[in-house]
This record gives sequence, structure tokens and C-alpha cells, in this order.
Amino acid sequence: MSQTLVSETEGGFPVKREITTKPRFSDRVFRGVVSTGALSSLLVLGLIFFFLAFQGYSVLRSQGIHFITSSTWQVVQDNAGNTDLKATKFGIAAMLIGTLLCALIAIIVAVPISVLSALFLNFYSPPFLKKIMVAVVDLMAAFPSILFGLWGFFVLMPTAEYWAKLLHHFLGFIPVFKVEPPIFTRSPFVAGLVLAVMIIPIITSVSREVFSQTPLDRIQAAYALGATRWSMIRAVVLPYGRSGIVGGAMLGLGRAMGETVAVYTVLNVVYQVNWHVLLGAGGNVASMILLKFGEAGPQEIKALMAAGLVLFLMTLLVNLGADLVVRRSGGKGR
Amino acid sequence: MTSAVVIKPEKPWQASPRQRLNSALVFLSAIATSYLTVALTPMKGKLAYAFAFFVAFTAFDFTLNLISRGFSVAKDAIARAVVVAGISVAIFPIISIVATVFIRGYRGIHLGLFTHDMALNSVTDPINQGGLLHALTGTAILVLVALVISVPLGILTAIYMTEIRGRFTKPIKFLVQAMSGVPSIVAGLFILSAVVYPITKGYSGLVGSLALSILMIPTVARTSEEVLLLIPNELREAGVALGGTHWRTVAMVVVPAAKSGLITAMILGVARIAGETAPILLLTGGGDKVNGNPFHGPMGSLPFYIWKSYAVGTPESITRAWAAILVLLVIVLVLFVSARLLSERRSGK
Repeated sequence: MSQTLVSETEGGFPVKREITTKPRFSDRVFRGVVSTGALSSLLVLGLIFFFLAFQGYSVLRSQGIHFITSSTWQVVQDNAGNTDLKATKFGIAAMLIGTLLCALIAIIVAVPISVLSALFLNFYSPPFLKKIMVAVVDLMAAFPSILFGLWGFFVLMPTAEYWAKLLHHFLGFIPVFKVEPPIFTRSPFVAGLVLAVMIIPIITSVSREVFSQTPLDRIQAAYALGATRWSMIRAVVLPYGRSGIVGGAMLGLGRAMGETVAVYTVLNVVYQVNWHVLLGAGGNVASMILLKFGEAGPQEIKALMAAGLVLFLMTLLVNLGADLVVRRSGGKGR
Repeated sequence: MTSAVVIKPEKPWQASPRQRLNSALVFLSAIATSYLTVALTPMKGKLAYAFAFFVAFTAFDFTLNLISRGFSVAKDAIARAVVVAGISVAIFPIISIVATVFIRGYRGIHLGLFTHDMALNSVTDPINQGGLLHALTGTAILVLVALVISVPLGILTAIYMTEIRGRFTKPIKFLVQAMSGVPSIVAGLFILSAVVYPITKGYSGLVGSLALSILMIPTVARTSEEVLLLIPNELREAGVALGGTHWRTVAMVVVPAAKSGLITAMILGVARIAGETAPILLLTGGGDKVNGNPFHGPMGSLPFYIWKSYAVGTPESITRAWAAILVLLVIVLVLFVSARLLSERRSGK
């Protein structure tokens, strides 16, 4: 022990160092910068809400609850060409119904297909095929929506029209499938199918992730008890992954509700309440905004901002629900 | 005495020749049935073949398994057929999309596409005139500016969620999730109300990039978070044990270790916004001339050009739209494959 490790000595004894957990200056700067950057998402969401509410406030104020319950959209101008605020009516109920209708069709079509795909990828596919398929499904999620729109218009529409006629022929007695007058092109049904194609990758990848977290011991226990693959899936995987499926479906719903360009391309955007899924008329909030934006006057732009606010809040709510559900995932199983 | 007796291992799980013959028979008879169905019934088209084949195959397979191995195995056979049908239906659109784009798009491809803009042409002109130069440069500028804005914010968010793990980690995780669900048209409207009307009062590339950044930040943040979570904790502990402060550990150890993953996150973010149409339509104005200045003047871009050509609706303009989509699709494909290769190399090490 010829040399001391501690250099500061006082009368031969080392001085006690001050022990502290206080971060250094550089660390405090680092934490500050990173935290500020991380708050950007909060800031952006807050600003979106603030500015859309700010711009749409006067319209929301003058229309009140009728903005979401009525479906008249008319801008009345007086003789001088100014907008007559009293007589002008903005109501987006028709488009809200259209949004829900298209998104529901998409969910009904996409969820079973996605769940089956996720099951295939996790439990049926040979490894090499799985790798390729996962890449292909992820790639599909990265495709731009205008691509889906044009494909839907030029390729899917003729086929979908034929399916719509089949549905009408065999199930026409159900009110939802009534078509009067007989226009089958550009219907909410076709738009829903295009949206379904767009959200299949999202739901597939969420369900695949949840399914792959199924505890291996339960799977093997099921096999050891003599289960076939299908009874194993029914008894173990599906109960375990149920909330993941629901969460994935809600994520897909959020995407489908906010989709603009694909719906605008495929759907015949008409401002009317249309419950008949096979009839070629309808719309959703996003496509209406795009449609009306081109020739909108100042007052109408404010109404569109308010419509954007409603859409924003709707998707936020759905995403919140999806987040809560997915976080709760990992049920008991049998 | 020592003559080697090669014992042939038994593999009871392998299909016996008889079973193979049976499944081949099921397959062939299902094909035959589907041909007969299409020939004898009013059902027509390729889909009718696929549908009839699926039904026939499921029925035959079910019967075979029911006879040879019992009801529960037969149920399992049905489930297998349904699951395979499900993945086929999910994969079919993407094949159809890619095939359609290549078949319809290649007619509009010519070399002038990359050297001319549309300043002197309209989209209804013959296809060999004009080009995509303005759209390509416009998209490149939009994406670059969006990249500069959103990559730092996205990566900082990810570092907060994985390295600092402060009080707000969970709320921020949710906010990023919520932000990724913001409809693109809402992002466009927001920039319109917050920047265009009060400040710039006109179209420019910059406002388009701002809207695109809103859509890009969550993608970058989430992918980077996943990558940073994969960095083993031992690296961080080693960094701190060597006397590094938190800042130096993150900057010198964690981020370099995750470098290729962070680049993947950037690439995926670019792929996400390169074809984004709705905010571009609201904000950039879409000029027909090459405009290198993102701060001033309308700026063309691929999605805008596609939209415009499609909306005109003559045969020439629609061919132009498909050609532009082909270019866009190739860009997205290249970005996606390079991201894949990068992350593959990382996990291979």
C-alpha cells in the first residue's frame, strides 16, 4: 500500500467525498432537451385542438348541437353577396353517418380476414413463408392511400359491383341492401371494401403481435392433453388474444374513419343521409372536407374547420379506447 | 460381429405414402370439382373457380379426415382450410395492386419523365411530352424538410420513453399513439388554420412539410422506441460503470449501438409520408414548374400530380397518373426494402 488511491489528503487521512445524487449540469441540460422534445406530441395535439376549435368556434356557437345532428348544409347569401349568418345552415350528420357506415363495413370485412391471417402467420406457416408474408403485410401498411384509391376505382370496382348485385339479388329484402334507383357503382360498400384492404395490415400486425405473446407453456399443455391445432387455438390463443383483436380493430376503425383520398376516389360523395350500403351515394367527413374546400367561402371554411375538429375528436376517442383495450391484453384463457 | 447395422429411424409423424396419395387425390378432385362447377352452373370468372375449389377442398378434406381419424381432426382440417383461405384473401389485394401498377404504369414511362417538368405541357398532351421532374424535386424537398423537423423530435421522444423513463413516459406513449391516429386531412386543416391563414397567407412547400411532419413524428418515435428497447441494458450499465454521465452514456453508447435501427426508423417515416395526398392537396398548391424554394410559391409533388392527372380523366392523363404511381411505388418499395435490409443486418450481428 505504498500509494494512496485518493489524492486529496489532509494530514495523512483521505477527506470524505461528498456523495450526491444530484445530476451534473450536462445531464440536466440533456434531460431538459429530451423532455422538451418529448412534449412535442402533447404540444402538437393541443395546438390542433386549439386552432381548429378557434377557427370553428363561431360556427359551432351559431349552429349548436345541430352541427352534428342535422344534415342540411347550405350557405345562404343575401343580395349584396354577403353570407347570411341567420339562414346559413351547417350540419354534418349525413357525413357522420357515412363515416361510420364505411368504417363499419371495413371492420366487418377486415377483422375476420386479419385474425385468420395472424393465426396463419403464427401457427400454420412454415418459417420461410412467414418471413416473406410478414414483410409483404408490413409493406402493404406503408402503401400510400391514393394508390388504394385508384386501384379501388379501376380494378376493384367492377368486381365489387358484381358482388353488390349478387348481395342485392339474394338479400335485397333486408332494408340495408335496398338499392333504389339501381346505381351500384361508387357505393359505400365499395368504399368499405377499399378501406378494409387498407386496414387489414394494421389489424393483422396487432393481432399477430398479441398472439405471439401467448404463453408457450399453455400452448404445450394443450397439445399434451391431446388437442388438435384448432382446439388449441380456440382454447388458448383466442381467449388470450381477444382484447388484442379488439384493440387492433379499433386502431383500424380510427384509420378508416379518417381516410380521405381513397374514399373520395371511390365513393360518389353526395350530401345526403344514405343507409343503403349498396347505393352509389354517400360520403365521409374527411372526403366532404376535401370536396367542399375548393370553392368554400370564409364562413364555409370555418364550418369545415369545425368538421375537422369533430373528426379529430372522434379518432382521438377511438384511439384512446384502442390503447386502453390493448394495454389490458393478456387474458386468462381456459 | 462389428458389421454395422444401420437402423432405419421410424418417423411416425411423417405422412405415409398412403396418406400422401389420399391428400393428393383430395387436391385433384377439388380442382376437378371447381372446373365442373364453373362449367355447369351460371357462376363465372376466376373468383368462381377459387370459391368452388375452396368449398370442394374443405368438404373432401373433412370427409377424408372424418373417416380416417375422427371428428376433431376433421374439424381441425376445416380450420386449416379456412385459415389458409384467410391469408390468401389478405395477400391477394397486394399482388393485384402491384401487378396493376406495373402493367398500367409502364406505358407512361419514358426517359423524359426525369428531365422535363409540366410547365409547357398539360396532362392531356401525348404521353411522351412533359415529365415528372417538378413532382420528383417537389416530393424530395417536402420530404427533406419534413425529415429535418420530425427526426430530432421523434428520436428525442423515443429517448425520453426508453432512456429517461420519467414520470410522463406512459402519457407520452399514449400521446404518440394518438398522434399516429390523426387523420391526414386534419393535419392539413390544422396547418391551414395555424400557419397559412394567420402567417404565410399562401401556398408553399414549407407548410406542406409541416403537415407531413405531424404524420411522420409518431412513426419515427415508435420505431425508434422499439429499436432502443432492443439495446441490452448491460451496455447502459457498462457506460455508467465506466464513469460516464447519463448524457454521455446515451450519446456515446446507446445511440451509436442503435444507429442502423434509427436510420430504419427514418426510412420508414419517409415511406409513410412520401405518398401522403390529402394535406398536400390543401397546402402546397401544386405548381407545374420546378420550384426549388420551399419557402415561396406553389410546389408540385408526386401525389398532387397523380391526383390532378386522375381528376382530368382523359386516357392520356390517366396513363400519366399510373406512371407517376409506378414511380411513387418504386420509391416506397426501395425505401421499405432498404429499411428491411438494414434491420436484418442489425439483428444478424
